[in-house]
Amino acid sequence: MSTNWVNKKLAGWGRYPVVEMLCARPQSPSELRQALADRGADSVLAFGLGRSYGDVGLLRHGKAILTERLDRMLAFDPESGWLRCEAGVGLAEIIKVFLPRGFFPPVVPGTQFVTVGGALANNIHGKNHHVDGCWGDHVRRVELLTASGEIVFCDKDHEPELFWATVGGLGLTGLVLSMEIRLTPVHSPHIDMETVRVNHLDEFFEVSAASADFTHTVSWIDCAKRGLKMGRGVFMRGRHAAADATLEKSPLTGVLDLVKSFADGRPFESNLLLNKLTIKAFNEAYFRIHPAGTHRSIADLHGFFFPLDAVDNWNYAYGSRGFLQYQIAVPHDPEHRVMREVLRRVSDTGMASFLAVIKEFGDQQHGGLSFPIPGVTLALDFPNYGPALFALLDTLDALVVEAGGRVYLGKDARLSRQHFRIMYPEWERWRAVRDRWDPNGVFKSELGKRLGLVD
Amino acid sequence: MSVLILGATSSIARAVAEQYAKLGHSLFIAARDAAEAERIASDIAIRFDTIAKSAAFDATAFDTHLDFVDSVESQLGELSVAVVAFGAMGDQGESEGDFAAAKRVIDINYTGAVSLCEALASRFEPRKRGALIGIASVAGDRGRASNYFYGSAKGAFALYLQGLRNRLHKANVTVTTVKLGFVDTRMTFGIETKLPIASPEATAQAIVNAQRRGADTLYYPQFWWGIMGIIKAIPERVFKKLSL
Ligand SMILES: Cc1cc2nc3c(=O)[nH]c(=O)nc-3n(C[C@H](O)[C@H](O)[C@H](O)COP(=O)(O)OP(=O)(O)OC[C@H]3O[C@@H](n4cnc5c(N)ncnc54)[C@H](O)[C@@H]3O)c2cc1C
Ligand SMILES: NC(=O)c1ccc[n+]([C@@H]2O[C@H](COP(=O)([O-])OP(=O)(O)OC[C@H]3O[C@@H](n4cnc5c(N)ncnc54)[C@H](OP(=O)(O)O)[C@@H]3O)[C@@H](O)[C@H]2O)c1
Repeated sequence: MSTNWVNKKLAGWGRYPVVEMLCARPQSPSELRQALADRGADSVLAFGLGRSYGDVGLLRHGKAILTERLDRMLAFDPESGWLRCEAGVGLAEIIKVFLPRGFFPPVVPGTQFVTVGGALANNIHGKNHHVDGCWGDHVRRVELLTASGEIVFCDKDHEPELFWATVGGLGLTGLVLSMEIRLTPVHSPHIDMETVRVNHLDEFFEVSAASADFTHTVSWIDCAKRGLKMGRGVFMRGRHAAADATLEKSPLTGVLDLVKSFADGRPFESNLLLNKLTIKAFNEAYFRIHPAGTHRSIADLHGFFFPLDAVDNWNYAYGSRGFLQYQIAVPHDPEHRVMREVLRRVSDTGMASFLAVIKEFGDQQHGGLSFPIPGVTLALDFPNYGPALFALLDTLDALVVEAGGRVYLGKDARLSRQHFRIMYPEWERWRAVRDRWDPNGVFKSELGKRLGLVD
Repeated sequence: MSVLILGATSSIARAVAEQYAKLGHSLFIAARDAAEAERIASDIAIRFDTIAKSAAFDATAFDTHLDFVDSVESQLGELSVAVVAFGAMGDQGESEGDFAAAKRVIDINYTGAVSLCEALASRFEPRKRGALIGIASVAGDRGRASNYFYGSAKGAFALYLQGLRNRLHKANVTVTTVKLGFVDTRMTFGIETKLPIASPEATAQAIVNAQRRGADTLYYPQFWWGIMGIIKAIPERVFKKLSL
């Protein structure tokens, strides 16, 4: 049977840009191969759960392979925790199946609605980066459908360069069919956590330095605050709880109630809802929910890792214009000059960020196009204010580049090729490997074209 | 208890298998492609920590069906439920021009389905237990120019199930006819319609509930019962002029 291509409007989580693509939805490896063979003259790209923010998963005039129905779990070893599964399996499914059996994904992002294929393509990091690194550090073998139509199993020993380029390869080295991933044993479905209210940026770094024996750390900051209060926020740190831990009321319960005042973001779709005032009010409320000082509690794991998942489609609340997430990482600097400068410029322009998250990465080297570097990362969400926002972000890029930092490609929709090449010095080596496996440009994305990763 | 799923690569069939696995049943996953059947069986065994075996079968290899059913029971034990889920829409235009294509549609949806149901019935009847589920379609409720080969085969299958139900009633074997409207599967991917499309998961839940309460016929989504009631009520002299 030939492939049934269906025209759909696709977008990342930021709903900017929106791109029409012809989509196939294979249910088996043979249908996937068929779709690749039936691509005609078009380039193709995999599309998982669309939780990357910008245009990394999109391609104008291209064909999309929706991976949602390639979602079979193929083998599991309860002794070691190794799971082999198809690329469209979601982390939410893994958690549903394995948490009751005492296993958890080795790395989770701020939402459980991502596929393992997407997790690999962006080599995602989580709150435990400083301990456990990225997703790819827990993957031992990847089954890849390459541009020639051949299926290649790659790992650290077999086709190591292809493996290297595919981990964090943004979907541009081929279509991942399956992978082996090692789940982490846990003793409880809860998190033993502390929240620490921090009053300014220096305090964030002090608390972060003092939190080395927590496996999971992250901090929310209120980026409407300036001057002495710049960097005010709530630091969260925790670890998987002990077997006998029982749930307690925690400040997280308050956060979830605040978030859940929207059940579904779609009815709130408006370009006016998230404005300077409401963003300020939300951030103020968020800060106040947390008691001053340090507060320890046993919290629900979902609330700790995925607070925003409590609202379906919350991304619609930004309105039809969509929004952009700007996530950067910069090397350590005792004065934290770049972080201060970025926060200052953001608050100066009045383009407040609804959510801002800051975290110190560990010292692991990931290489290739993977994002994390030793240093600190900051993520900001902006309603799509248009040219003014794009201009601001360009100036921030320049600061980041100067400091030896970089922008997260999985969240990007606008970085320039020139800045990208300085931020990711290994790009040429990556491109050489990719070109060897895909000399004719079968796999492409909007982001890849913009940044010169493909022609 | 053991459940046989025939045509397991269908998203609906797979979701039905999951519902039974969740209830703690052992599964036998049968599909045309042995490797695919095995992948689905692994998935179910892992997710639900249950027994799931698999093998290939072909709905149109009629003379293999009785042996197939016996081999399933020899591997998994006596079946309590069997789900006949396979089907094929075919291409109406192609079937009009080429009888071989039309016959394929009839063989899969009707003859093959009947052949497997007969094999299963021959084992269930003497034991006086067992349940059969047959997946038919609202397309079988009235013949239409746009898909009457598929529609007539599904309609005939529904009629067959009615007769079988009557026969097996004395043997305490239930037969549930499922008439589906639009469900979001490979068959309907990209279909343009203003009517709501059901998810395979919700459909599967409704199917398993219907079997467990011993229902004779299920329309799902249920509003299709009303729609088909109206469509069946249109007089033929009017209907034949319509293009629906
Ligand atoms: C609320 C929220 C919080 C987040 N928090 C974090 C975080 O803490 N850390 C972090 O690192 N990220 C985070 N992210 C980003 C998210 O983890 C990544 O963008 C992830 O890649 C999304 O996976 P997906 O399945 O939705 O893939 P998509 O967004 O659909 O696709 C992402 C990329 O993966 C490729 N891809 C997908 N499947 C395949 C396949 N089978 N074969 C080849 N390529 C494939 C696509 O082509 C595309 O390039 C967050 C996102 C949201 C919405
Ligand atoms: N989706 C709807 O809206 C809808 C509406 C009404 C009725 N239905 C019925 O629902 C059932 C499931 O269909 P679906 O929608 O899930 O579509 P589907 O994915 O196309 O499923 C059809 C199934 O039938 C199998 N099959 C086809 N020919 C076969 C053969 N000769 N031998 C064995 N198996 C064969 C297919 O196997 P392969 O994978 O090997 O091809 C596949 O598993 C079908 O009976 C269909 O008629 C569906």
